[in-house]
Amino acid sequence: MIEVLSSAALATVQDLGRTGSLRWGVGTSGAMDNLALAAGNLLLGNALDAAGIEVPVFPFKVRFGEDCAFALTGADCAARLDDQPLLPWWVHQARAGQVLTLGLPQGGAQRGSRAMLCLAGGVDVPEVLGSRSTQLRGAFGGYEGRALRRGDVLHAGAAGAVCKTGFGLVPPALMLPLQQDGVAAVRVLPAAEYLGFEPASRAAFWAGEWKITSQSDRYGYRLEGEALRPIAPMELRSHGIVPGVIQVPHSGQPIIQMRDAQPSGGYPKFGTVIEADMWRLGQAPIGSRVRFIETTWDEALAALDEVRAWLDKVARMVELHRGAPVSAGRH
Amino acid sequence: MIAQRPSISLLGTTALIFEAPGEMNLTSQQRIWALAHETQAWPEIREAVPGMNNLMLTFLRPPRGLGALAALEARLRDAWEAAVALPREGRVVELPVVYGGAGGPHMADVVAHTGLSVEQIVELHSAPLYPVYALGSHPGYCYLGGMDARIATPRRKVPVLSIPGGAVSIGGAQTGVSASAGPSGWNTIGSTSMCFFDPAQDPPAALQPGDMIRFRVEGIVR
Repeated sequence: MIEVLSSAALATVQDLGRTGSLRWGVGTSGAMDNLALAAGNLLLGNALDAAGIEVPVFPFKVRFGEDCAFALTGADCAARLDDQPLLPWWVHQARAGQVLTLGLPQGGAQRGSRAMLCLAGGVDVPEVLGSRSTQLRGAFGGYEGRALRRGDVLHAGAAGAVCKTGFGLVPPALMLPLQQDGVAAVRVLPAAEYLGFEPASRAAFWAGEWKITSQSDRYGYRLEGEALRPIAPMELRSHGIVPGVIQVPHSGQPIIQMRDAQPSGGYPKFGTVIEADMWRLGQAPIGSRVRFIETTWDEALAALDEVRAWLDKVARMVELHRGAPVSAGRH
Repeated sequence: MIAQRPSISLLGTTALIFEAPGEMNLTSQQRIWALAHETQAWPEIREAVPGMNNLMLTFLRPPRGLGALAALEARLRDAWEAAVALPREGRVVELPVVYGGAGGPHMADVVAHTGLSVEQIVELHSAPLYPVYALGSHPGYCYLGGMDARIATPRRKVPVLSIPGGAVSIGGAQTGVSASAGPSGWNTIGSTSMCFFDPAQDPPAALQPGDMIRFRVEGIVR
């Protein structure tokens, strides 16, 4: 078991998301950086979609009540286990009583914004509608359907089990970089109402830098840049939407739907950030700038393949490490 | 502008949206239900999600290449042409509503916009049997058809940060009931105490497309 020691808000239990309940009005939730969660799970020998703790506000502190292997992925947060500095994107062994502290994300302009704490066997909370992700609006899933608070106690599915530790990997931000003119970038497939915007607005969308404003969270990122103007006002019937959809409300300032987005909407859709790049946005800090690169169906599929190939490579590397005998002294 | 032909558009590689042509109506929605029923069984589809006279299909496996995508779109258009309106023998659920007062803080705005009295608004709002067209927005929330156009009121310029579960509201030409507390741009005219969603139940949502809601006047607070 681990006990949350900090009052840092907004840390939640997340897995790769809740699919199959959109028809009941239930959005997917899930890790904002799904690649960090999947990689952390691979490092621990967990199922790819085991639940971890997503931490967006720092410092964040937990105390291990028993021996437990854990992996830290996502933003590099100058983590310490008691006083010992820890490498990011690495598997570590905690002993009963040790305190893990995550500090502010580091790395200058390249820094991430969310750390993922993965535990051996995954965070053991009940599955609700097929997922352990926290559904904040519905107040179910995750840990009692809410963000973590000081004093909460979580259990790891395989705490105390023998787990190979002391190895790690090169993060995807370095292995799969994507920038445009030196600015972090994501690829976008134009959506239904794209051609309903003025040509100058369309050009400005691709050419401009977009600031991720402070009104951005797991539900959506509100952007600031040159206002996008429709050729004529568009009134749409309510329809299904997914994380990544870029809506343009009357203000002309776009909103990107993120993992906690509601599953339906009615604002005009300019484009969709492709699924393969959602982890990049999930790590983009508030106040940072992002560029958009127009892409095609085939390129978007190739990008998904590239992400899968990276995870396959991680799985093979972990296999090599975990295949080596666990030394008795280490556990 | 009313489309003459169905349209299909992409939501990244995650999903596509099929939009039915013509005016929004129940017959068209019944064809959407039939289309959802059929496409849910297609191997590349994870989930078929009805909206208001439209259907979102999320991909289990996005079709490889533009050719395969075009073939899926053609199959979808054919399935729409073949879809026969699927009437559902839904349940009728009666919801007692207290109109106005603390539970209906925007009644005055609807009065101001429509020029009708509170009594007239309540009478028009509680008269129809509203079919549930689709679920969306948040867990258990029902999109309803059939509101009287005379009480249509534009969405609020500034959304309310949180309206409580059970809030009965009007947004444009639509009406609905919030299933849980959350932000909303709609005008809240009353409240009810129905529980719309319980993740421990199967199905978790109390109402399904094809069910009907009747608002019974429990009281009017001025």
